[in-house]
Amino acid sequence: MTMLPFLAAGWIFLAGVYGMVTSRDIIHAVGCLAVTQSSTYVLLLTVGYRRGGIAPYFTDTPLRTRTVDPVVQALALTDVVVGATVTALLLALAIQIRKRHGTVDPDALTGLKG
Amino acid sequence: MSRSARIRLFWATAVVFAAVYTLACTGLPHFGTAVHPYGTRAVATSLRQRTANVVSSVNFDQRALDTLGEESILFASVLGTLVLLRRARDERVGPPQAGRVLPSTRLLGLVMVPITLLTGVYIVAHGQLSPGGGFQGGVILATGLHMAYVAADYRVLKRIRPLAVLDLADALGAGAFVALGFAGLIAGGAYLQNVLPLGTFGQLSSGGLVPLLNAAVGVEVGSGIIVLLASFLDQAVEVRPARNSGSGGGT
Repeated sequence: MTMLPFLAAGWIFLAGVYGMVTSRDIIHAVGCLAVTQSSTYVLLLTVGYRRGGIAPYFTDTPLRTRTVDPVVQALALTDVVVGATVTALLLALAIQIRKRHGTVDPDALTGLKG
Repeated sequence: MSRSARIRLFWATAVVFAAVYTLACTGLPHFGTAVHPYGTRAVATSLRQRTANVVSSVNFDQRALDTLGEESILFASVLGTLVLLRRARDERVGPPQAGRVLPSTRLLGLVMVPITLLTGVYIVAHGQLSPGGGFQGGVILATGLHMAYVAADYRVLKRIRPLAVLDLADALGAGAFVALGFAGLIAGGAYLQNVLPLGTFGQLSSGGLVPLLNAAVGVEVGSGIIVLLASFLDQAVEVRPARNSGSGGGT
């Protein structure tokens, strides 16, 4: 039972990849990529969880309080930021593809065009 | 590759991945384990550096070089989006349409703009003390400005959005992070080392370099997201399709 959170991360990852593989719409594929990436948030926070731990802030809690692992939380923050910016860049690409090729179906984008 | 072949390949790979991943999970330390060697050391270092928010201490003090890479990715992707969504020669630009807004929405937006902006500044400034920091606060700042778009219309947003200044602020925020790193070198330490006075634990001025880096990141993220959304909103609201677009269907 203690493995379940790790397996949940793997499940979210596969669900996202399945969405990307079967996608008929670039915007939908970018959304699936975001789902795939969110599996890493679940994995990171699962790795860093400490039973009974609270958030790693000591502004109004005693210094000896048991907290969860702050290192993976910092990694998750980096993950979120990079994920958001990559999504923005991909959506900008999707807009250009729609403008230049008149379609957002990845399967319809077959030929190279100068 | 045909569609059905691609899906078959996915299922074959997924089965292998699921088996190997599950096997790997059985070898991991169990969920909620009390042993976190890196976490314990990070907390101890953070308290020594008098930074109450350990996550901020990891991001802006202990591993500040990684955050430099992270905000460079952010800066590069804002730049990339601007280049991708620049106005093409064959595109026409029309004035944005005036939208119809309910008076209650307008009132709520008017009230929420200053509150959201203030919250953003608070979150950036208290990054070393409480949950938050430059990244989170910057996003809230950018959101606050776009309340004007929700409450009124695009013309109002354009009037209160000094894009030229924000372009500059984005670059200056990214540059300030790099420049602040040199303080460590000048003081005889390493790049991005926290050499400033650490202050009193739990005070706004504690943490040395952490609040300054937070402020730089807050400016960069806030202005970067506004600039990013500006280019997307321009596409949706102002740019009219070129006359010969949509031809060809991708071939």
